[in-house]
Amino acid sequence: MAANTRDIRRRIKSVKNTAQITKAMQMVAASKMRRAQMAALASRPYAQELSRLLLPFTSFEFDEDGGGHPLLQKRKGGRDLVILVSTDKGLCGALNTNLLREVGQFDPENTEFVCVGKKGLQFLARAKRTVLAEFQLKDNFSFFDAQVAAKFCLDRFLGGHVNRITVLYSHYVNTLVQEPCKLVVVPVQSFEVGSVELGRNGSRSDTEVKAEVPEYILEPNQADFLDSLLPHFVFYKIFHMILESRASEHSARMVAMKNASDNAKQIIKDLTLEYNKIRQASITTEILEIATAQMILS
Amino acid sequence: MAATLKLEIFTPEAVAYRDDVEMVLIPAELGEMGVYPMHVPLMTRINPGELAVTKDGEVIYLAIGEGFAEITQTNVRVLVDMAIEERFIDEKAVEEAIERAQKDIREAMLGNQEVAATQVALMKSMAQLKVRRRRYTPAAK
Repeated sequence: MAANTRDIRRRIKSVKNTAQITKAMQMVAASKMRRAQMAALASRPYAQELSRLLLPFTSFEFDEDGGGHPLLQKRKGGRDLVILVSTDKGLCGALNTNLLREVGQFDPENTEFVCVGKKGLQFLARAKRTVLAEFQLKDNFSFFDAQVAAKFCLDRFLGGHVNRITVLYSHYVNTLVQEPCKLVVVPVQSFEVGSVELGRNGSRSDTEVKAEVPEYILEPNQADFLDSLLPHFVFYKIFHMILESRASEHSARMVAMKNASDNAKQIIKDLTLEYNKIRQASITTEILEIATAQMILS
Repeated sequence: MAATLKLEIFTPEAVAYRDDVEMVLIPAELGEMGVYPMHVPLMTRINPGELAVTKDGEVIYLAIGEGFAEITQTNVRVLVDMAIEERFIDEKAVEEAIERAQKDIREAMLGNQEVAATQVALMKSMAQLKVRRRRYTPAAK
C-alpha cells in the first residue's frame, strides 16, 4: 500500500500521451493504407495480363547461347542482384523483421543489393553486405520513379555483372496479413500475380503458368516486339511489387498502432483501478485515525 | 454464329473496358488495324491514338496510350498505360497538360529520361485531344 499515488498519476499521464501519439499514427496510417491498398489492387489485373502476354516466350527454356532475347536467357551460377523493398520508417510491427530474415538465404559473397527503403539499407550495412545503391521513393511515387531504380538493376544484368535479379518484398494479402516474398524478375518468367500460393516457410513460390499457346504473329517483328515488351514487363513488375510493399507497410503500421493504442487503453484502465484502490485505502486509514483520535479524546 | 470478340482493355489503374464487341480498330504500330472475330493470333505494339469499338452497331471511341495488344480468334486484350472513353475526356485539362509538357521540354530543365517521359505524356495528351476534337462537334450528332 506504500505505492505512491503521485507515481501512479504520473504513469497514467505518460501512458495517455503515448496513446495519443499511437492513435494519431494509426489514423494517418489508415488513410495512407486505403490509398496504397487501392493502388496495389488496381494494378494487379494489368500485371497479371502482362505476365500472360509473355507466355508464348517463356514457355520454352533458353540456355546461355540458345536463341531468344537476352532478358530470357537463363545463365547459370554467377552473381545475384537482390532488390530489397523495405520501409523507410519503423513502427510497423514485424513487417521488416520478417522480410529481412529472408536475406539470409543469399550468399554474402555472390550477392549484391539494391535497396528501396531505409530500413533494409540499415540492416544490410550492419550485416556488412554489398549494397550498390539506394533509391528513395516518396509516398506517391510514379511509375517513372520506380523505372529509374529498375533501369539501374537491369543495366547490371545486361552488362553481365549479375545473372539474376530477385526482388524481395512484402506481398499484400489483406490488412492483417502480409508476407515476405521473393520473385525472380530477370531472367523473365511468367507467374501469376494475384493468386498467392503460400509456401511453408512463408515465402511464396512462383506459380508457373503452363497453358496451350497458339502461334502468334508479332508486329513489327519479334526482336522489336520483345525489345519493348520485356523491359516494360520488368519495370512494371518492379513498380507493382513496390506498390504491394507500400500497401503492406501501411497496413502493418495501422495494425501495429491500433494494437499499441489498445494496449495503452488497457494499461490506463489497470493503473486507474490501482490508483483508486490506493486512494480508497488511504482515505479509509485517515478516517480510522480520526475516529480513533476522537474516541480517545471523548 | 458467335460473331463477337471479347475485348478487354487494361491500364495500370484499372480494367478500363471489358465487353463482347463486334469489331475493334486498333492503332497498331504498323498502322491502324480492324480486328474481327476469328482473326489470326497476333501481338503488336500500340501507338498512342484512337481505339474504336463497334458494339451492337454503335461505335465507341477511346483515347489510348502506349502499350501492347494480344489478339486471338476470340479475344482481344489491350494493355496500355492510358485508356479514356471519349465522353470522359476533359478537353481543358488536356490542353493545360500539353502546354505544361511543351513548356518543360522547351525550357530543357530535364534530364534525358525525363524528357522521354514528358514526351510520352505529351503524346498521350495529344491522342486524347485528337479523339475528342474529331468526334464532339456540337453540330454533328
